[in-house]
Amino acid sequence: MTMLKPVTRLRGDRVTLAHGGGGKAMRDLIEEVFTDVFQPANREDQARLTNAALAEPGAQLAFTTDSFVVDPVEFPGGDIGKIAVCGTVNDLAVGGARPLWLSAAFIIEEGCEIALLRRIVASMQAEADKAGVTIVTGDTKVVGKGSADKVFVTTSGVGVIPPGRDLRAERIRPGDVAIVNGVLGDHGAAILAARGDMALSTDIQSDCQSLNGLIEAVLGAAPDARAARDATRGGLASALNEMAEAAGVSIEIDEASLPLRAEVKGMCEILGLDPLYLANEGTLVLFVPAAQADAAIGAMRAHEAGRDTVAIGTAGQHEPGRVTMRTLFGGARLVDMLVGEQLPRIC
Amino acid sequence: MRYVEEFRDPVAAKVVLAEIAHVVDQIGATAEKPVHIMEICGGHTHAIFRYGLDRLTPPGIEFIHGPGCPVCVLPMSRIDECVTLAEDPRVIFTTFGDAMRVPGSKKSLLQAKADGADIRMVYSPLDALEIARRNPDREVVFFGLGFETTTPSTALSIQQAAREGLTNFSVFCNHITVPPPIKVLLDDPHMILDGFVGPGHVSMVIGIHPYDFIAEAYDKPIVVAGFEPLDLLQSVLMVLKQIRDGRAEVENQYARVVPEHGNRVSLAAIEDVYEARPKFEWRGLGEIDASGLRIRDAYKAFDAEEKFGVGYGAGHRSVQEPDGCACGAVMTGRIKPPECPHYGVGCTPEMPLGALMVSSEGACAAYYQYGGARAAETVE
Amino acid sequence: MCLGIPGQIVEITDADRLMAMAEVSGVRREVNVACVATGPLDDLVGAWTLIHVGFAMSLIDEEEAAKTLEALRGLGEAQETLEAMADSASALEGTQ
Repeated sequence: MTMLKPVTRLRGDRVTLAHGGGGKAMRDLIEEVFTDVFQPANREDQARLTNAALAEPGAQLAFTTDSFVVDPVEFPGGDIGKIAVCGTVNDLAVGGARPLWLSAAFIIEEGCEIALLRRIVASMQAEADKAGVTIVTGDTKVVGKGSADKVFVTTSGVGVIPPGRDLRAERIRPGDVAIVNGVLGDHGAAILAARGDMALSTDIQSDCQSLNGLIEAVLGAAPDARAARDATRGGLASALNEMAEAAGVSIEIDEASLPLRAEVKGMCEILGLDPLYLANEGTLVLFVPAAQADAAIGAMRAHEAGRDTVAIGTAGQHEPGRVTMRTLFGGARLVDMLVGEQLPRIC
Repeated sequence: MRYVEEFRDPVAAKVVLAEIAHVVDQIGATAEKPVHIMEICGGHTHAIFRYGLDRLTPPGIEFIHGPGCPVCVLPMSRIDECVTLAEDPRVIFTTFGDAMRVPGSKKSLLQAKADGADIRMVYSPLDALEIARRNPDREVVFFGLGFETTTPSTALSIQQAAREGLTNFSVFCNHITVPPPIKVLLDDPHMILDGFVGPGHVSMVIGIHPYDFIAEAYDKPIVVAGFEPLDLLQSVLMVLKQIRDGRAEVENQYARVVPEHGNRVSLAAIEDVYEARPKFEWRGLGEIDASGLRIRDAYKAFDAEEKFGVGYGAGHRSVQEPDGCACGAVMTGRIKPPECPHYGVGCTPEMPLGALMVSSEGACAAYYQYGGARAAETVE
Repeated sequence: MCLGIPGQIVEITDADRLMAMAEVSGVRREVNVACVATGPLDDLVGAWTLIHVGFAMSLIDEEEAAKTLEALRGLGEAQETLEAMADSASALEGTQ
């Protein structure tokens, strides 16, 4: 072997329509940027999967899909690739599934930097390794300039729900304790700052992280945990409203207990936003029977994805479907679903 | 001191609330015969609901939510004019986020943006100036809205643009002033108000004396208030004590921010750039004399109305408000939001019909967002 | 109306245009200080101002803030005194 392999077969620094044309350029892009990193077991169009857990009587297959568009594509604490892995892993995990395999599909805008794609793919692989999932299949398409914003990613995920495990929101009962695994709103605030429109600078990082390990840990300590949901778009308020409605319970949270970073509070004060509605990418709400709340909180705090875990409220029965908050003042107010998108305001 | 947490202390709040209950008793006010206190400013309305102060104060106090929400009182025709400006292909239309969702007669700015208009949300008129510097071949229009608090920022931005010789920056001026509508409310024969909580950030600019007429001519107490919950509670207490003692004075609870005579630089900038319009239209209140500002001739080059031939001066026509919309009655305190036939039915924050449902500072939106149906149930 | 929040001036960024960096709970934003620049600009560094739409609109008066808080504390003490009086009055009634 005397021939030196060329460092790259890709010509130019940017994706062109040729990279989506089905020819050699496309093959080179897919191999060099994607499959060389993801290293799927075979390079056919389909992945063929076996896993012992599937054969267990009572086990259920869980399957989910999610598309990711984020501006900017890279931001403090993560990038679109990391979110695309965490988001789908978390969608599986909060449903009680152990995530196993992901697919990844990329819509790439003509002109997108190849170096950016490489960084995104590397960050996907790193997060997949961390979460213990394999990216087994994928796809790329290239669209003309202006038809997409740099790159959109869709991931689908397959996992297995072990026999007897059920974390659907409808299982929440009055008296259950609501727990969150960390500070709220970091992702939304980090993105807002990174976008630069408001010319705010801060050190806030996205909370983007996979939660499957945390859920396994908490289920070990609090086996009767009722339900979990990740508080992504629409923030904690939306997650709680969906859960209250699904379970036909009321939920009362305590403003004083809500974990918020000073910078996130500051940004919310400046722009007139409510942190309850800011997006998170690695934050979940968990309901557990009161008797297991301490055990659950202890186990979560011992896990790296749950160092700041706290109880924030309880489920009740007086007004099914309603979420209220006891304010710092001892007053009470309704915490409704978000209407549209939260816009910065001056008045 | 950080000037925030100190004024959110729940322990101190308990003490003020106890004192408020005591004074309400001394006045003899009850749920059946309450004292009516108007918080003029939408920011105060928002704070009252956000902290649940309406449920903490005794039933002998009824808050009437005033007209101090600039987007709520903006007539539909002004939004239509914004849309016209924004849809001009030469224009980059810049605005505070607040205005994006306000319905015009055909569409909101949010819808116009979806239809392809170049509309950008900014935090400050300074950001609009920066967009103008970076886009010399485009016309950058800033939607100047808000009361005296916000007026200096656009005045100073126009002065800055003049200094730099920017020729592609203009302001679509819809600035309005607080005292005239208060006078309209006080002249209303149905008026039931016993006292006012005054808008602190407006007074930070204009000082406290522009409210003298409330105490002197109308014999009503007014306390200029800060925006933290303790500020509000203390101000309510000060109003109640004036009522109890039969006093009508202009007091300043927010002295840490509000100088008695306002801010010299801000007032000079307003005076230099703006002049009063003969009259201006308010949603729900009609036309009010000398209640709006326009850009003086000296700064005509920065006036979007002049530049594009739109606006109040150029063939203004009023657009009919929706049938049966009771925003005016809510704003004058004659009815509570849930008493409007459209409230929560044809008029919700998702699909606002009337102005007060639009902004989170509007009385109806605040009721709906923080109290919802329950607030409706508690109103007989 | 008029969202305004306290922020501390940490640095003068452009003296000609009267711009300074303000900090609110670790979040920084450049603001115009024309309305509060009554003396030398550098004196503003460290000052707390009330910020609205990118402008420092008013200097926050620490002394006045302290007075307001003092008045609130005064209310509390007055109430404690009243309660103490009420308690001793009922204790007296109990002995009769």
